[in-house]
Amino acid sequence: MGELRLMKGNEVIAEAAIRYGCDGYFGYPITPQSEVMESLMALRPWESTGMVVLQAESEIASIHMVYGAAGCGKRVMTSSSSPGISLMAEGISYIAGSELPCVIVNVQRGGPGLGTIQPSQADYNQATKGGGHGDYSLLVLAPASVQEMNDFVGLGFDLAYKYRNPVMILADGVIGQMMEKVELMDQQPRWTDQQVKEITGSWATQGKTGDRAKHVITSLEMDSHIMEENNLRLQAKYQRMKEEDVRFETIECEDAEYILVAFGCAARICQKTVQLAREKGHKVGLLRPITLFPFPEKVIAEMASHVKGFLTVEFNAGQMVNDVRLAVNGRTTVEYFGRMGGILPSPDEVEKALLHKLIGE
Amino acid sequence: MSEVADRLKNIIRPENLIYGKSPVLNDVTMHYCPGCSHGVVHKLIADVIEELGIQDKTIGVSPVGCAVFAYNYIDIDWSEAAHGRAPAVATGIKRVMPEKTVFTYQGDGDLAAIGTAETMHAVNRGENIVMIFINNAIYGMTGGQMAPTTLLGQITATTPYGRNVDLNGYPLKITELIAQLPGAAYVTRQSVHTAGAVRKARKAIRKAFELSQQNIGTCFVEVVSTCNSGWKMTPVESNDWMVKHMFPLFPLGDLKDGGKDATEPFQTRKE
Repeated sequence: MGELRLMKGNEVIAEAAIRYGCDGYFGYPITPQSEVMESLMALRPWESTGMVVLQAESEIASIHMVYGAAGCGKRVMTSSSSPGISLMAEGISYIAGSELPCVIVNVQRGGPGLGTIQPSQADYNQATKGGGHGDYSLLVLAPASVQEMNDFVGLGFDLAYKYRNPVMILADGVIGQMMEKVELMDQQPRWTDQQVKEITGSWATQGKTGDRAKHVITSLEMDSHIMEENNLRLQAKYQRMKEEDVRFETIECEDAEYILVAFGCAARICQKTVQLAREKGHKVGLLRPITLFPFPEKVIAEMASHVKGFLTVEFNAGQMVNDVRLAVNGRTTVEYFGRMGGILPSPDEVEKALLHKLIGE
Repeated sequence: MSEVADRLKNIIRPENLIYGKSPVLNDVTMHYCPGCSHGVVHKLIADVIEELGIQDKTIGVSPVGCAVFAYNYIDIDWSEAAHGRAPAVATGIKRVMPEKTVFTYQGDGDLAAIGTAETMHAVNRGENIVMIFINNAIYGMTGGQMAPTTLLGQITATTPYGRNVDLNGYPLKITELIAQLPGAAYVTRQSVHTAGAVRKARKAIRKAFELSQQNIGTCFVEVVSTCNSGWKMTPVESNDWMVKHMFPLFPLGDLKDGGKDATEPFQTRKE
């Protein structure tokens, strides 16, 4: 059993990064995730593990610092909230195009524009459909608890290096700000120079030694045929993610006739709704996608053959519902319920929507 | 024709070699236009890297602009940055690998327009990097549009009647701004239009790379350059135009030397 603590989701991101052996964090303050950098600065990991922490002049600079450092084969990360992620879109596209591993945390707030500092899930499309220019995908993890904020930092780095692809932890203001019990991992050492060389020595910029050709981190290619090949390689990678790394959780789905589909804090609320509906005799289950890309489309397609309907519950205008509809492909009803602007519905409110939109009461 | 070839063959012999290039500069055809300053500056950087014996510990950051392909020409590890972001990319590299020598190579649009924030803040933090700034007063790669350093009255693709203060504002003397920042260690302005100027520029670039081994702040070398294609002049006309019109606004010489400023913190850390 690791060390148990009562912590905020944002604080846990900082603690987990240090304990995992992360090499660097580059960020810019924005509500509701500023505790990530504040915690790192207070913990001073450069004196313990040697981890670098730097406050950049903007989110644009911080993501490009991540690009530079990730290109050296170092395990680096950043965090921000919705408007800041929009500023990072350029850098994220370059990181994906150059096939560099890193972890990006988005503690979502309501939009569009300056929006609100209250929690939201309105960046689902931005996170899962690219967000910047060009055909690329992030591997997107959606934590639903402070414990998962901890676990997904390490998992995120592992997946980022497995695929040489940026991984986004798509949290929200609720998960970032709430306190829960969390079991922390033991301190792991950072990779030694030798390990970095063994793992990333075939591509990273660590200085051109006489025994190899120069390494160039770039997403640029002027030959259209090679550029198309590069794109096909990226697409093959995303296909492999779909085959090997779809993650989801099912709660009371075995006998369910109606399925709620929800991620992050919405799934926590829906868990209670399942209980309330079952007390009234309705066979309701919850499917919680953990990876939003790759999306658990196969399990939804399987369920579509025998359930009476799906209701997605999301704190946006209905974004994930489109992915559920694609997976269901018209075989059964798919409805959406959500609130926006920072409002979270109660489990009763979700239950009412379920009864009204799906069960027909 | 074969007679000429034979004569050349007799001349091009190792014993006649009086001027060479560093092996750090790759044997490839550059894409730069004849008369362009980039090739000369590339050669100087490659020479300096070889002279200092730092090929295996130097990482370059190339920009968006004509020098985007610098990574094809200098035989070191490179990271190709998004437009204007080279100082941030270099910061990321240097912070996680402080033992390396890291430099950016940027044009005026990259460094002084879209990347102004990254430039100023990297220098203001005193990042221990070298920044090479090619100022040719125009966007070369994109096709001759107005740059932040375009002179008043200068005709470009986006100032077809000349740069107009009311419409476009003033040419930005960013190197003067850089020299004011406490994090700057060495700030100089050079050019490469004559043999003498090339010798001076080589010395300045060497000094910048040498100082960067001491981690005493940012070393910044501007090279006032020509873009004869963008300016629509011959190379010789371009040199004359640069001397006549650019040097008065961008005078050559050192702007700062001696390391980043010493400071006393207002308040020490709370214990």
